[in-house]
Amino acid sequence: MQTQNNAIRIKDLYFKYDKDYVLENINLIVKEKDFLTILGPNGAGKSTLIKLILGLEKLEEGSIEIFNKAFLSETINISYVPQNTNVNNDFPIKVLEVVMMAQKDSKKRFFFYSKSEKEEAMKVLKKVNMENFFSKKMSELSGGQKQKVLIARALFGKTKILLLDEPTSSIDLESCEQIYKILKKLNKKITIIVISHDLSLVLKYANKAVYINKNLSFHDLSKKKDKFSELNSNTSEIELLQMLGECKC
Amino acid sequence: MLESLSYTFIQNALIAGFLVSIISGIIGSLIVVNRMVFLAGGIAHSAYGGIGISIYFGLPMLLSTSVFSIIITILIAALTYKNREKLDSIIGLTWAMGMSFGILLVDLTPGYNADLISYLFGSILAVSTSDIIYMFIVLIVILSILFCFYRDILAVSYDTSYAYLRGIKTKVFYTLILLMASISIVIAIKIVGLILVIALLSIPTYISSKFANSLMQMMILSSCFSCIFTFIGLVLSYNYDLSSGPSIIFVSSIFMLVILIVERIYKKYNFNT
Repeated sequence: MQTQNNAIRIKDLYFKYDKDYVLENINLIVKEKDFLTILGPNGAGKSTLIKLILGLEKLEEGSIEIFNKAFLSETINISYVPQNTNVNNDFPIKVLEVVMMAQKDSKKRFFFYSKSEKEEAMKVLKKVNMENFFSKKMSELSGGQKQKVLIARALFGKTKILLLDEPTSSIDLESCEQIYKILKKLNKKITIIVISHDLSLVLKYANKAVYINKNLSFHDLSKKKDKFSELNSNTSEIELLQMLGECKC
Repeated sequence: MLESLSYTFIQNALIAGFLVSIISGIIGSLIVVNRMVFLAGGIAHSAYGGIGISIYFGLPMLLSTSVFSIIITILIAALTYKNREKLDSIIGLTWAMGMSFGILLVDLTPGYNADLISYLFGSILAVSTSDIIYMFIVLIVILSILFCFYRDILAVSYDTSYAYLRGIKTKVFYTLILLMASISIVIAIKIVGLILVIALLSIPTYISSKFANSLMQMMILSSCFSCIFTFIGLVLSYNYDLSSGPSIIFVSSIFMLVILIVERIYKKYNFNT
């Protein structure tokens, strides 16, 4: 019965780019409606793990199951929000068109968008409070607004798992807070996995955390919720890692 | 100028200019949004190898150069799809190899003393009817691909990783964009030449990016700007006996300069008020 509740199950995963392993002996179970954050230093393999889950990197050792099935790139249950710095900011494209890009119906390839597609896109924009920006060009939006649009795009369709790669990088503190509040709201129905360096923020909202530095250590934050709920941006990263038990300094 | 329209070569030049303007407007937009301008330069220069083959073996120029460019493009796509860091080195290699191969073949052609300048700077007045048919077919193919796969091409150009997750065959569309670019570059070489082809692909696109709200709008506007620049360039070229390619690109450059100045003044005025 318990396995039905698994959103993602990673078993005995090893991964290397050249000679040296980036990830070693990774075992992880993410339950449905978990809000999991992936922490770790730069180059520790966080983004690699996300890429492996998404099928963007080829799995060589170990296994990854999404809803108890071996992952396929065409899966309809999993969505991804890249860092907004990975997207070409000068690209001539409107907010509504970015969201409708998520349309998975392969028959809808022409450049005409149907009324129902536009309505669905407006619905998801409303979920991230961006419905008034639908006709704006992406290049006219702030970093935080762009990130919200990319989250809206990921919500188009029947998304069950949302993976976000540093969604708040190069974004002001107020927008970061807004994005995490939106994610928390979405978390009532969707499993959220987020790579983040904003420890003070993400630890307030996530219920689970994994710290990766080649190997993986797991932390159930729900048991320490009172410890993290009052965190503010002044709390240093070292203090936060000490609270997690990941810093021996 | 009006009486000159009765000459077949002038009619051909205008039709070819019009067709190439539309093609370069569409493909230039794709090249710019996919940040492939350097890659397009590599394809353009390596196409000289195809020109060398056509001269040495006496084959039709457009066809043999297109085939040669397609082979080079597939090679570039296969070597760089996974490893974009290699792109610069691969382009540098194909750029130099294609050009040197072409020049050597021209040197080896017995008794050949054709005007190489026409390949470097274009010779729109030498466009034949079969060239125009070829250009027309290429335009129809490009428009059909866009009509059928616009959203896939848009998704791959905007965010390749996301497109892959949506189940789009990103490798296929990346290669398709490159192939359309290589064929278009070969055609544009006929009009503005090897050296200036990148300007024809990028200047109208840069100007249209100031006004376009979508990739589709960018393509349409670029094509319109391209048509205007080509027409004015051809008129200047005919009236003052100038090379067609540099005339077209000079007109484009002047327009771009004016747009940049107007934009500067507009921003300054808005900032002050």
